[in-house]
Amino acid sequence: MSASIDLPGFADPVTEAQATFRAVLDAMARPGTIHRAGQHLAAPAPLDGATAAVLLTLVDHETPLWLDAEAAPARDWLAFHCGAVLVPEPDTACFAVALSLPDLARFSAGSHEAPEVSATVVLQVPALASGTRYRLSGPGLREPEELSVTGLPPWFITQWQQNRTLFPRGLDVILCAGTMLAALPRSVSIEEG
Amino acid sequence: MPDALPPDRSKTPRQRWMAVLARADADAVQARLGDVPRYTVLRGPEPGLVMVRGRTGGGGAPFNLGEMTATRCTVRTDTGLVGHAYVAGRNERLAELAALADALLQDPVQQPALLRQVIEPLAELQEARRAEIAAKAAATRVQFFAMRNMRA
Repeated sequence: MSASIDLPGFADPVTEAQATFRAVLDAMARPGTIHRAGQHLAAPAPLDGATAAVLLTLVDHETPLWLDAEAAPARDWLAFHCGAVLVPEPDTACFAVALSLPDLARFSAGSHEAPEVSATVVLQVPALASGTRYRLSGPGLREPEELSVTGLPPWFITQWQQNRTLFPRGLDVILCAGTMLAALPRSVSIEEG
Repeated sequence: MPDALPPDRSKTPRQRWMAVLARADADAVQARLGDVPRYTVLRGPEPGLVMVRGRTGGGGAPFNLGEMTATRCTVRTDTGLVGHAYVAGRNERLAELAALADALLQDPVQQPALLRQVIEPLAELQEARRAEIAAKAAATRVQFFAMRNMRA
């Protein structure tokens, strides 16, 4: 009857969660910059260290979590260590974990009264700092910043432009690969280049 | 410290051994477990607070009585058994030992021997202590005959 929980969470929950929180905070404040997280974490397949660390840090029983089909094998580990409530439909989720870009329009973008209740998508990609180059500009960036990401489909730019039109509503995305992470807050504009 | 909580109202064998372990003494559990296999701690042992809820008269609307300290731990033996423990107070060593015992007790091969060596003696000890306290309390009991007669 026991679920398959084979791996521990953070060895030092307080320090590691704080360090990961700081990394996410810096990544959100300066879109496109790459930060490290989850270096000491044995992440459950198919999640990478950074993905697992971000989820351990941000998700708890008050934030419904949605997993895409590829991330589903980590379900038991997330339910145990985060105490997360897993939801079958993306529109009720506060956090989403995806291994390939989902349709962003399926998630809650918040309301005009409470834009902060929108979903945050934790998107695990094959690699950061290599692959397609994107030019980011917007709040937090004095000069346009370049970010290279492997594994985003061509229609990502269109989806992101639609997300931008919703402002102040809209989704925030955290990109994770290995032990690296970068964030795309809803305020950032993205162009290919 | 072993305490004297209400009599055993557990349902399944696992609930029973978890209840016995949660009220046991860490040294006693360790002594009775003897040599233990290798295991990894999946979570904790970590102390925290849990809300204790009550019902007025046992059947009224639930209300929050207050928070109490509890320590939880989860371990996984190298054979793949996962054991959990929640114990009252901040005894981290007991939480870890109880979680380990819970994992080992789920192995059908080891279970009868462990129940005999660990759980039954501890349960008897706890029952004896409960009976002793109940006897001391019963000796000081006052029967309000006068009041009962008046109401009758």
